[in-house]
Amino acid sequence: MNSWRIFVLGGWTSYRALFSWLSPWILVPTFIIEPVFQVLFFASVGKSAGVGTATFFLIGNAVQYASIPCLFAMSNTIGGERNSQTLSLLLVSPARRIPLFVGRAMPVILNGFGVTIVTLVLGALVLRVDLPRSSWLPLVVVVAVCAFSCTGLGLMTAGIAMRVRETAVLSNIVFGVLLIFCGVNVPLSALPGWMATTGGWLPLTHGIAAARELAGGATWGAVAGAVGTELLVGACYLVGGLVLLAFFEAESRRSATLELA
Amino acid sequence: MKQLRLLRVGWWLQLKIRGRSTFDGLLGILYPLFFATTIFFIYRQGSDPTALVGAAVGASVMGVWSSTATSASSVLQGERRQGTLELLVAAPSSFPLLIVPITMALATVGLYSLVATLLWGRFVFDIPVRVDQPLAFGAAVLVTVLAVSLMGFLLAVTAVRYRYSWALGTAFELPVWLVCGFLVPLSALPAWVRPISWLLPPTWGVSAIRAAALGGSPWGDVLLCAVTAAVYALIGTALSGRLIDSARARATLALS
Repeated sequence: MNSWRIFVLGGWTSYRALFSWLSPWILVPTFIIEPVFQVLFFASVGKSAGVGTATFFLIGNAVQYASIPCLFAMSNTIGGERNSQTLSLLLVSPARRIPLFVGRAMPVILNGFGVTIVTLVLGALVLRVDLPRSSWLPLVVVVAVCAFSCTGLGLMTAGIAMRVRETAVLSNIVFGVLLIFCGVNVPLSALPGWMATTGGWLPLTHGIAAARELAGGATWGAVAGAVGTELLVGACYLVGGLVLLAFFEAESRRSATLELA
Repeated sequence: MKQLRLLRVGWWLQLKIRGRSTFDGLLGILYPLFFATTIFFIYRQGSDPTALVGAAVGASVMGVWSSTATSASSVLQGERRQGTLELLVAAPSSFPLLIVPITMALATVGLYSLVATLLWGRFVFDIPVRVDQPLAFGAAVLVTVLAVSLMGFLLAVTAVRYRYSWALGTAFELPVWLVCGFLVPLSALPAWVRPISWLLPPTWGVSAIRAAALGGSPWGDVLLCAVTAAVYALIGTALSGRLIDSARARATLALS
């Protein structure tokens, strides 16, 4: 029961307490203006280069932008606590770590999901992209899976944040890696082999591919494999993140560097 | 002479500070490279090799704006957090002369990014950028960097009362890349966007750099870039005076 409270109430309280994102002065520029302009920018670049379609760039960038809340929020889970000098209090508590950190991930998944859906809707309106009605519901499911898998990666960055002070820099670098490697604006077939292979091991890659197929009229059955792979990749990162957090927590206690990183 | 010395010393001091900052220094160079890499891959799929060269030039300038936009908008908030904003305001020197060197230092970090992007394109993507008019290219780059820093100054001053100013600066990053024709020609944008583009100094700066690098007449665009930047500097100076007077009268300088 205690673990359940930590999972639900702890996660929600942490989300509300750690982020000033709930202010419209941050929420609107960060979660609406920026992603929509990223879609418009790359769609315009693609048009200028004579490559890709508006739908291709809309899906890729809208789904990839879920990574902003997923990566920044999760790394701030550690970085924000350190800045407020509450990290040691948090880690000295007897709370079980899995509900503690996975609980914090839940609102973040919802946040990432919401950002992508809003970007998809606004981007489609501006670019006049008509997504088939039959694809809407499966697309929502794919977006939710992508938000989950990206939050798994975010949990790994949270683990690294135990040792790295510059969490904003870390999250921006991971964001850039996802932008290049996950087939967001360039099909995997157009990337060098090693980059396409690396992309296959990252979150979002399979989800973006599945979303594009759905937008092209494919059935759920045709993309179920890719969605399953995305889910599996996300689960692996989630477990990896929890392991990293446990490892660096023990290391930080041993070397007394929790507040120093 | 004293003012020039102040600008030089302030710029150098801020450049050393920003150069050692992981966010302003390292990320200021890396972040535009991520976008440039994506853009190079996009253009490489196309059939026009000259478009790739043009994209390399445009992408290289993206970093100048990126480095300035995000950090410039939160410059005064940063000073406030460090408790040095009152000292800057109380200093006998003109306030703009204390802020402009900061945004100039940020734009100079962007200059590193410009060179890094061109080298990245040359050695990783084999994009042969041969500068047609080196002298004009150098002049266009310098004027563009100065213009972006003055735009950053206006952004910094405008955001003085805005606690979440960094979000404002970040939100301007991509729209300016798009509207100023860094990669997409202005003729490809909707007609109502073009007057907005003409009011922004980077539009003329990018056009001048592109003309100097790829062949064309850059000097008109260099002049327009300088003129629009001067207008931004004048507006920023007037605005900073009014905002500081207001903050002093209400005793809200230290409050955000």
